[in-house]
Amino acid sequence: MAKSNGAGPNGSVPHETQVTFLEAIKQAMFEEMERDPAVILMGEDVGVYGGAFKTSEGLLERFGWERVIDTPISESAIIGAACGMSYCGLRPICEMQFIDFIVCAFNQITNFVAKGHYLWNAPAPMVIRGPSGGGVHGGPFHSANPEMYFVHTPGLKVIYPSTPYDAKGLLKAAVRDNNPVLFFEHKFLYRRIKGEVPAGDYTVPIGKAVVRREGKHLTILSYAAMMHTSLEAAEALAKEGIEAEVIDLRTLLPLDEETILHSVKKTNKCLVVHEDTKTGGIAGEIAALLCEKAFGDLDGPLMRVTSLDTPVPYAPTLEEHFLPNARKVFAAAKELARY
Amino acid sequence: MAVDIVMPQMGESIFEGTITKWLKKPGDKVERDEPLFEISTDKVDAEIPSPSAGVLKEIKVGEGQTVPIQTIVGVIDAAGSAASAPPAAPPKSAAAALAPAKAPVAATPAPPAPRPAVPAPVATPMAAAPASSGISSSPTGERIHSSPLVRRMAKEHGIDLSTVAGTGAGGRISKQDIETVIAAGGVPATTPSAYSAPAPAAISRPAPPPAPGVSGGGVHVALETAVPREKMYFGNYEVQPMSTMRQRIAEHMVASKRVSAHVYSVDEIDMSKVASLRAKSKDEFEKRYETKLTFMPFFVKAAVAGLRAYPTLNASLDGTNVILHKEINVGIAVALDWGLLVPVVKNADEKNILGIQRNMNDLAERARSKKLKPEEVQESTFSITNPGVFGGLFGLPVISQPNVGILGLGAIEKRPVVINDSIAIRSMCYVTLSYDHRVVDGAVAHQFLHKVKETLENWSEPVL
Repeated sequence: MAKSNGAGPNGSVPHETQVTFLEAIKQAMFEEMERDPAVILMGEDVGVYGGAFKTSEGLLERFGWERVIDTPISESAIIGAACGMSYCGLRPICEMQFIDFIVCAFNQITNFVAKGHYLWNAPAPMVIRGPSGGGVHGGPFHSANPEMYFVHTPGLKVIYPSTPYDAKGLLKAAVRDNNPVLFFEHKFLYRRIKGEVPAGDYTVPIGKAVVRREGKHLTILSYAAMMHTSLEAAEALAKEGIEAEVIDLRTLLPLDEETILHSVKKTNKCLVVHEDTKTGGIAGEIAALLCEKAFGDLDGPLMRVTSLDTPVPYAPTLEEHFLPNARKVFAAAKELARY
Repeated sequence: MAVDIVMPQMGESIFEGTITKWLKKPGDKVERDEPLFEISTDKVDAEIPSPSAGVLKEIKVGEGQTVPIQTIVGVIDAAGSAASAPPAAPPKSAAAALAPAKAPVAATPAPPAPRPAVPAPVATPMAAAPASSGISSSPTGERIHSSPLVRRMAKEHGIDLSTVAGTGAGGRISKQDIETVIAAGGVPATTPSAYSAPAPAAISRPAPPPAPGVSGGGVHVALETAVPREKMYFGNYEVQPMSTMRQRIAEHMVASKRVSAHVYSVDEIDMSKVASLRAKSKDEFEKRYETKLTFMPFFVKAAVAGLRAYPTLNASLDGTNVILHKEINVGIAVALDWGLLVPVVKNADEKNILGIQRNMNDLAERARSKKLKPEEVQESTFSITNPGVFGGLFGLPVISQPNVGILGLGAIEKRPVVINDSIAIRSMCYVTLSYDHRVVDGAVAHQFLHKVKETLENWSEPVL
């Protein structure tokens, strides 16, 4: 699946190996810390324990206490400290043990560090990353998709990858970016998704979507775990003669308008699939974008398949009902194609 | 599309009118029904509403000039409006209640005459969508559903959307539809013909690709087929595009099956009495009236008796209103080499056997020579079809909309039947009633069939 992403940007691919999504993230951090001594990692249990999901296993041993910092359980402290570090020239990576708790540091992120560039022209190179998303029975406090709180905040960049290749390449790009970057890792993908990752150094550009599957009857826009759901639905649609073009947004802020508009101007119909809840989700923003810039190209209403507007339920049956799945995407796409 | 503006007839004895004032200049945008010019006749002075939305293209008769009625006094370019003008015509159908606009006063004769205030059916999200979702209007005021893309393409290619019928959801004109029209040279394959089904106007359907795997076909076509299209093309075959009539029949049949809850009842009728009466009288009948005597008028008369007794079968359904027709107009299916027509015997209840037979024969003959007038295939309140004429034991016909019932006649054959515990040879005929269960229940359907049976089995009316 990752292969469809194409070769690395620099073309120099010595050899490729199949790695998990989680391993790709670990590799990105390891390589960036190796490359640049300004890069440090901090978070709850990232050191001795190697991270709740083992994404930082071995980093402490390699880089030591000063660069791999176990913090108290205080997200606002972690991010507040990282803001200061970044203004002082370091490039901190902050791990949220579960991304749900990022909102504890909402003030530092949205009200403070996001504005630095505009107020003082001060670079704030920092990455806030952590496991997000549902589908693993994590319940209402360990399943969040908080991307849209931050997509609404100018000054931030928001990344939500779906493949090991992109996870590694985008995380490396995020570390090298001089702006605060939020990097969401869908935990459903951690160990379920494997893909080929080149051994050498590469980055994936922030703000660029990618066409995962070409089609002509409608465009499905998605990202993260729902990318795979969308591809599964596209496979089923193809059997019925409906060729869906599936696009992985990869970065939500800044949004790759060019790729979106190019595809929708071709297919004239657009379905957005996201695991985030419906109201205020990126689908609404894309609907507005299409109305502003492609109204005369629309041959049907923008449709969306999203989670329900509720917290993520604990009960597996309820969670299953709450989340989008390939069947729901298939049904919506079919309706849109027929429209 | 250019729409002619004509000098209207403002009264029975009025033959000419004077234009006193044009309220619009060439190049002005006009809404449908917006006052366009003022006239003066020897009886009335009046403001004349625009027959269409669009741009006033040309004024042919200036102020102060007097011209006979029906003279073309100007031209409106309606094409521009389809794409750019705000939705002009007040919606006529279910969505009417959504727009608290003025009642539509159609300048062209609108088919359904006085219509009761219809409670709006539950608005679907689509129907409730704002006007910008692609609602335009056809010359008859019907809403046209398209999309921003379709309207842009129509404008670019100078296509009048009111002449294109849609195959999308709810009859919406889709990209596929407009591409087909463009591929055909920009002229929709619509030709007004005698047959005018209640179904939407004909369109030029995309001709299927000549070979499997060709990507020219569209998603709509694929969806309308029960199996992937590629699976239809195998071995040796010939691709035959459907005629306009065939397309309309197809549309009408699918629409009918979709809207009406079809249920079928069958009864058996002893036609011996009618058969012997007919055998006895047909030569004399033909000699006297120069027209053949068939079984059909007997069935029409029997159906009329049934419809009188059970008027819910002589009805149409509009939303939640059942329209009980006071006239009994019986549509009779006529098989043609190139399709099928259902000309209508109007006021069948006021005609005797001779009247019905004459009327029928005349209609059937003109159907075959393509000389029917549009109104002669409209306004049926009930239909009869005769699969028996081709030897069918019985058939289960599809209801001809907007009826709620259709009587199907089987072949009349001699069969052994038990009468008073003895076996007799009788001319028997199966008749079937397809009825719309939304309006008609089984009890009424069977009572109706029984009335038809009773009328035919106890026939008493003379035919000569």
